[in-house]
Amino acid sequence: MAFPYDQLGWLQDTPLADAIAVSDLLFPSIETVHVLALSLVVGSIARVDLRLLGFGVGHGPIKRVARQILPLTWISFAIALASGLLLFASNAVKYFDNTAFRLKFALMILAGLNMVVLHLFAWRSIGEADARVPLAARVAGALSLLVWVGIVAAGRWVGFTAQ
Amino acid sequence: MIRAFCDWLAATELSITIQSLTWIVPAVQTVHILLIAAVMATALLFNLRLLGVHGTDQPVGTAALHLLPAIWFALPGLALTGIVLIIAEPARELRNPAFAAKMALLALVCAVTLWVGRRVRSAAPPGRGMARCAGAAGLLLWVAILAAGRWIAYLQVS
Repeated sequence: MAFPYDQLGWLQDTPLADAIAVSDLLFPSIETVHVLALSLVVGSIARVDLRLLGFGVGHGPIKRVARQILPLTWISFAIALASGLLLFASNAVKYFDNTAFRLKFALMILAGLNMVVLHLFAWRSIGEADARVPLAARVAGALSLLVWVGIVAAGRWVGFTAQ
Repeated sequence: MIRAFCDWLAATELSITIQSLTWIVPAVQTVHILLIAAVMATALLFNLRLLGVHGTDQPVGTAALHLLPAIWFALPGLALTGIVLIIAEPARELRNPAFAAKMALLALVCAVTLWVGRRVRSAAPPGRGMARCAGAAGLLLWVAILAAGRWIAYLQVS
């Protein structure tokens, strides 16, 4: 056993992680917060992605829709990340070795890269009025939807395989 | 009686087929969660607007028009995926206090949302205090419904 198993072992032996692992209430309660936060992340991002794909054009210009929704997405993401970290800590080695968990992380990195690429390259070409959404932005929206569906599916599979 | 119904349903060919294909339950749960995500994000935006703390550059009536259809479209999908999950494991849901609470709260939030959705687009929209009450109730109810749903897994009667 060496890196990172020593560190993961240390993490799951911390008093907080141990308390989550042994309590009948803590794990389900933190998990409930995690599901609440992730549902808000996925649902709010999907609204922006669908707008990029041309749905709900009457709801206003893309940049206005994004300005209204994305701050809520980021707050929810911070809560999902913090609660997810607590769940991970309760059984760090098992989750680290879980294939669905690794897939979920790979997909989250992909979602992050997609977002960075969209903002660096396609975002500027969307005007404030955006009569026509550039192809690159539409592709980014479609990719984001697919990747987030994958993240939810992988997350659900973690619950079935890491027991 | 519920127990007998659960036993009968769990013994049907359909239920046994779903049980034997172990990927069906997590796959259907994934679709269920994606639809929950659509409802929760939409409900958050609408209820924050009712509370007057977010998206206030748009009238409440416009927000209702843009947001509420997503909830009404998602609910039949949620019912359908939920029914598949019940057929797969009838007692897990039908003999579960968390499931009963979830259904009762769901009926309540649908009534509140229908009422407020109509009122804000009517000639006599609700006053500020009433809109705030409805927004707070909507937020609390949806969070409680999600929590009750998650706790179905933990409050199963063996």
